[in-house]
Amino acid sequence: MNVYPFITEILQILLVLAISPAFVGWVRALKCWSQGRTTAGMLQPYRDIMKLFAKDVFLAENASWIFRFTPYLVFGTAVLAGGIIPMLSVDLPLSATADVIVLVALFAIARFFTTLAGMDIGTAFGGMGSSREMTIASLSEPAMLMAIFTISLAARSTSLSQIVQVIYSGQSVLRPSMAFAFLAFVLISLAETGRIPVDNPATHLELTMIHEAMILEYSGRHLALIEWAGMMKLTLFMALGAALFFPWGIDNSGSAAGAFLSLVFLLLKLAAGGVVLVLIETGLAKMRLFRLTEFLGSAFLMATLGMLSFFILE
Amino acid sequence: MTASLLTVASWAVLLLLFTGFVSLLLHRRQGLMITVCFSIACVASALAIFAGFYSVSSGSTSQVIIAVGLPDLPFHLRLDPLAGFFMTVVGLLSLIVSVYSFGYVRHISAKRPVTRLVIFYALFLAGMLMVVLADDALFFLISWEVMAAASYFLVMFEDERVENRRAALLYMVVAHVGAIAILLSFGIMSGLATGFEGFHGYTFDAMRQAQFPPQWATAAFLLAFFGFGAKAGIIPLHVWLPEAHPVAPSNISALMSGVMLKTAIYGMVRVAFDLIRTFPWWWGALVLIVGLLSAVMGVLFALMQNDLKRLLAYSSVENIGIILIGIGLAMIFTSFQMPLLAGLALIAGLYHVLNHAMFKGLLFMGAGAVIHATHERNMERMGGLIHVLPWTSALFLVGCVSISGLPPFNGFASEWLTFQAFLLSPSLPSPLMKLLIPMGAALLALTAALSAACFVKAFGITFLGHWRGPHNPHIHEVNLPMRLGMIMAAILCLVLGILPTIMIDWMDKVPEQLVGTSIGQTAGAFGWMWLTPVAREHASYSGPIVFLVILSVIVVAWLLLHVRKGSIRRVPLWDCGFEKVTVRMQYTSTSFAMPIRRIFGFMFTIREQVRLDPRAAHRLFPGTIHYYLRVRDRFQVWLYRPLITASFRISRLVGRLQQGRIQAYLIYSFVTIIILLMFMR
Repeated sequence: MNVYPFITEILQILLVLAISPAFVGWVRALKCWSQGRTTAGMLQPYRDIMKLFAKDVFLAENASWIFRFTPYLVFGTAVLAGGIIPMLSVDLPLSATADVIVLVALFAIARFFTTLAGMDIGTAFGGMGSSREMTIASLSEPAMLMAIFTISLAARSTSLSQIVQVIYSGQSVLRPSMAFAFLAFVLISLAETGRIPVDNPATHLELTMIHEAMILEYSGRHLALIEWAGMMKLTLFMALGAALFFPWGIDNSGSAAGAFLSLVFLLLKLAAGGVVLVLIETGLAKMRLFRLTEFLGSAFLMATLGMLSFFILE
Repeated sequence: MTASLLTVASWAVLLLLFTGFVSLLLHRRQGLMITVCFSIACVASALAIFAGFYSVSSGSTSQVIIAVGLPDLPFHLRLDPLAGFFMTVVGLLSLIVSVYSFGYVRHISAKRPVTRLVIFYALFLAGMLMVVLADDALFFLISWEVMAAASYFLVMFEDERVENRRAALLYMVVAHVGAIAILLSFGIMSGLATGFEGFHGYTFDAMRQAQFPPQWATAAFLLAFFGFGAKAGIIPLHVWLPEAHPVAPSNISALMSGVMLKTAIYGMVRVAFDLIRTFPWWWGALVLIVGLLSAVMGVLFALMQNDLKRLLAYSSVENIGIILIGIGLAMIFTSFQMPLLAGLALIAGLYHVLNHAMFKGLLFMGAGAVIHATHERNMERMGGLIHVLPWTSALFLVGCVSISGLPPFNGFASEWLTFQAFLLSPSLPSPLMKLLIPMGAALLALTAALSAACFVKAFGITFLGHWRGPHNPHIHEVNLPMRLGMIMAAILCLVLGILPTIMIDWMDKVPEQLVGTSIGQTAGAFGWMWLTPVAREHASYSGPIVFLVILSVIVVAWLLLHVRKGSIRRVPLWDCGFEKVTVRMQYTSTSFAMPIRRIFGFMFTIREQVRLDPRAAHRLFPGTIHYYLRVRDRFQVWLYRPLITASFRISRLVGRLQQGRIQAYLIYSFVTIIILLMFMR
């Protein structure tokens, strides 16, 4: 039995755990530069997480086990998702346990429990965040699946490593359907990871926050886990986008040199993705909640157009 | 062996019929009656599971003719893989619900005699088993009516309330409109099977051998689809579901929603795949569209409900829709001669039948436990129950996670299979189908996401936060049998979710019988851990690994973080430095659903009013604010209201004939005879 894929798998999970705060730090630093502010440095998220881990947990008196269980679950699903998306190699053992639909469902289960935790304490903020989060999720999930279906139609598979290999082998370069699916994917990623214009990760303003409203009551290591999982989620969506639309560089050969090369490519892609994200976030303002139907509706429309063009043009 | 399986199944039915008499004998000793009768029901359900399970796994068919019934029209019984599958589903949930009923019915018996409940419970189970065993139209319809009548009396159980009687009446009317359609459908098929001279066309065997002309086959199918659809609660025939389920005792709602609706699915599959066999693609498209419509609208209506059991009832509409999506896709693939894909879609639909029985049974049992503990059905007056009902809340949560289609529970496994079936539709030869069917997949995704929202609301409002009710009642956890029943269902939800391959391997005989292919070869090609419906390159899912990885990460993270002891401090809720936070500041069921109500508002008839107290000193400082909100089905307003007014008007017109004078009636008969003589010479 070949142990090499298992080593790559473990390395990749550790890598996701390790670099996701740096990626978020990079995005924050870029944002500061683009808005003329001084940065706290790319390493600030690490310091934040370390600080939170060292702190005691303050738990509301009526918090139930759901509230305490949720951070671990959210973290667990993020780690599992980190093992599924091909980054260092196409040949990952965990990649076969779950296809793209399972991946979407993994994020959904994390969201399910986060919303429940938001309602657990019984504050108005928690319920508000939960309600809004589920509304946005129910609009973005169909669009997400439509975008994914468009790609999987071209690749004839919903398995991520298979999709990467098909695109890699040059069977589907620069198709119009891929372009539409990519646009849809970008819009949905903004919604799923809670970035501007859907949600603002930096705000604690009561009327605009969504994700922050749900986790408002968390503290100490619970908050650290949730924050870390959130950073991983952002990194993973970038990596997912890279794997689905720009898979070049992901190792196909199964050698150590190939894995190293794909690491370099991954870092480059993440750096570039961060720039794009900051450009979008700086250029747009946060939308009102009920304007989001148009935003996510257009994402759905893009994905549908992608699918139509797949059938009509290709 | 195979004939003996049918004997076992018949014994299960006979035992249940016998239970009715036992309960009459033990009427004076209610406690003993409950113990004895539900024990017999458990044994009978176990027998049904045994017979059903082995008839599917052996893939064999056995038939028997019983010389009871009308002269020259004996009853035919048959146990084939399809019947066996549905028998297993019915048996599984009735075993679980019977265990639950030991505790649940005992609580009811403290308030009122339960003999009626026990008799009709047994008859209801017997009726459902008979429906799947029936192999001729006559016995099928008799069983169907036994099932419908028994469930009517069960819905009526607390008949002192007007709403219960109204709901039961509505249920009876819809059930019978459906039954008439089924009768007509069987009439067409049996007439065409032997011509209208002979009587022997009423057996399903005769229909299987017959060749139907296309237009008659279409008529028969449409009638059957309408008739069974009324029972299954497809949109727009769903109106009885949200009325009847909430008022029935909760063990009955669990059975009605979990398995009785499935007998209607059984009927559709039997008629389409087994009796008519060849059909054009648009039948499948019709089933698919109706399924999609039911799924999306069912879940949207469910989201708007504040009554816990009404919410669950509407969510049954949604799940029936998901099942029909699978069946409809299977029909489309069959009509285009793609048996492998048809098998996959059929398995997806049938697997959802089994899964929905488990999680909806669990949820209704949980709702029963909540309502028993709080004497409250309105979620707006619940909250914080997780602290007083630890078992019920944890088990209800399992049901919520399963029904929301989240891994590693069972709802996800069948929805995943349905998605895979959707994704294979591009291999269809028709370009229109290719284009439109993936849109259906998007609607299914919308349904899944909305149902997650719906069950976040159901669980969050009911069990989390603070108690919202006017006073704080003394609430305690439910008794052991009720917990045991829910635990059984919850374990099955998990097992069916992480071991779908084994179950699909078992179910595989059903598509083998109906569409002539099996997917077990590919679906389980890589061992029990891997579900690979078509090929490993195409898609694969491993429930056990997903489950174990998440579990181990949770355990590792928890252990690493709990090295330092005593680092959790319980403190009062942070109130932002303002006044004390009150329970009335919490989000409610209505407010949770508000964004979705606003976005999808065009689907409902909404009346919303805010009225300020006119006695206030100034309109900017109102004393009290009255908020009125009513969300209704559009169908109720657009379809049923005109229907009801029209039928009243017609009845009134016809009523004029009724003079109450014998002379007038004599004239009527005289005129009728003259007319008949003129036309029917």
